[in-house]
Amino acid sequence: MNRFLGFVRKEFLHIFRDYRTLVILFGIPVAQILIFGFAVSMDIKNAGVAFLDLSHDEMTQKLSDKIISSGFFIKTEELLSYKDIDRVLKKGKTKAVIIFEEHFGRRLIRDGKASLSIIADGSEPNTATLITNYTTAIVNDFNMGIAPAQITGAMRIVPEVKMFYNPGLQSHFMFVPGVITLILILICALMTSVTITREKEFGTMEVLLVSPLRPIQIILGKVTPYFLLSFINVLLILALSWFVFGLPVKGSIVLLLAESMLYILMSLSLGILISTVSSTMQQAIFISLIGLMLPTILLSGFIFPIENMPKIYDYVSSIVPPRYFIIIIKNIMIKGTGLMYIWKETLILTVMTIVFIVISVRKFKIRLE
Amino acid sequence: MRNTVISVENLVKKFGSFTANDNLSFEVYEGEIFGFLGANGAGKTTAIRILSGLSAPTSGKVTVAGFDAGKQAELIKRNIGYMCQKFSLYEDLTVKENITLYGGIYGLSRSLIVSRIGVLLDRLRFRAFENRLISDLPLGLRQKLAFSVALLHEPKIVFLDEPTGGVDPITRRQFWEMIYETAAMGITIFVTTHYMDEAEYCDRISIMSEGKIVALDTPDNLKKKYNAETVEDVFIKIARP
Repeated sequence: MNRFLGFVRKEFLHIFRDYRTLVILFGIPVAQILIFGFAVSMDIKNAGVAFLDLSHDEMTQKLSDKIISSGFFIKTEELLSYKDIDRVLKKGKTKAVIIFEEHFGRRLIRDGKASLSIIADGSEPNTATLITNYTTAIVNDFNMGIAPAQITGAMRIVPEVKMFYNPGLQSHFMFVPGVITLILILICALMTSVTITREKEFGTMEVLLVSPLRPIQIILGKVTPYFLLSFINVLLILALSWFVFGLPVKGSIVLLLAESMLYILMSLSLGILISTVSSTMQQAIFISLIGLMLPTILLSGFIFPIENMPKIYDYVSSIVPPRYFIIIIKNIMIKGTGLMYIWKETLILTVMTIVFIVISVRKFKIRLE
Repeated sequence: MRNTVISVENLVKKFGSFTANDNLSFEVYEGEIFGFLGANGAGKTTAIRILSGLSAPTSGKVTVAGFDAGKQAELIKRNIGYMCQKFSLYEDLTVKENITLYGGIYGLSRSLIVSRIGVLLDRLRFRAFENRLISDLPLGLRQKLAFSVALLHEPKIVFLDEPTGGVDPITRRQFWEMIYETAAMGITIFVTTHYMDEAEYCDRISIMSEGKIVALDTPDNLKKKYNAETVEDVFIKIARP
């Protein structure tokens, strides 16, 4: 045991002596959370819209006021003719132009319908879709308000949409779990694979192997500090997302931490596996970054929903471990569900961890032969 | 007759169809400086790995420090020291931390580590460097320290795998003085080297070629036998595959 503790102590010294390791360990998670949380926003806020009002009546005035006062838009310009549309969109600040037809108010009252066009800048498809959706919602709402009083005629079914669990549809709800998933697998796998290959490269592994330390002690000694530090990272990210974004953990925090430990363990064993197949640090870094970061971002459901992918990607993503952890963490943090609903994902992660450990211990032994 | 500390009988090591060690047999005695020579790829490293318990022989009987290399590798590891050609101390740790680490790995108690650190530092006149990082020390000092660390747990045998690679001549000379002192204490030195002048310092040398030992004797006897001026000439005559 003394042997082992001395070895772990040495690992901690390596980490604390190298400020780059510390930056990667703690700087990157904080930066990622802040960047994803603030900069990469999937909501629209203050999107520029211009109005082309060919009617200029009380009704168009009310409706455009309602659109502006929603807080999602700011008015950039008041256009005079259709010719201006292209010009104002090209300037870039305006993302959409809303056009009221001639005699808008009169038609609405007399015929019960009037038309409004939205011309959005399709070069930014996401924003364009969001703007049209939001505007449509506001117009519908406006309809509801005036309908009973002024419009008679056919009965209409108006859907009322309510977002459960994330009523404001805020994107940090989606990003924080994603970032935790991404950061943990990256840091754990990258750091472990690098620290093990470093010993190989410097020739110190040779000396450790001829010492009475058993291979399993060497592996555990390498991994223990990163396990502890990654766990601190989870706490740090959760605290940050609570204080900065006000994102609560709805479910059991104990369950969340336990699942995080499982995921950390899985990532660490993946790191050991990477180290057994790479002989230099560069190789280990390359495999960890390309082999883990891209699949985690693209195929785990972090940003792109798996349900919308072609079936083949769905199959590929089923071997990407983060896919399961994202489901677990979203369920616990946002929906507040218990183990009952996520036992399947938990089981898959456990099996993956065991498989990785078995393969890496085998490989580690083969290397000794 | 001196005590035998390494005994190798008909050692064969195969990797698939490739035979790295082809029927080696030799003995190394207590307190001896045994030079293990051979061109690159002759099978030296494979043999050292087997002797130090890192890999098991395919067939044959190998006994190191009284333990069987096939079955008692763990016991061998406790009784040998090892220093490899690549540098073996941690550059981002201090001298003292490195010594403490290796002492701990070899299961020495705290008090024993503290007292041995003192002896070691005094012997090397290293007191002033105690808290310096290894990366701040010149290569020569590092190699001396690495050797001392390999002796920390008082092993019966030390394996030195090209210990003086890349070291200046003066430090090499000092290093060999340390090797002599160590051998005089009864510790067996098993050393590989590419420097033929160093081979002259050994009590006995063996020369490997294509997995076989092609010569094994004292440097003087070998020179006589092959009618050569130096060990280098002997080596060139017989080690060329």
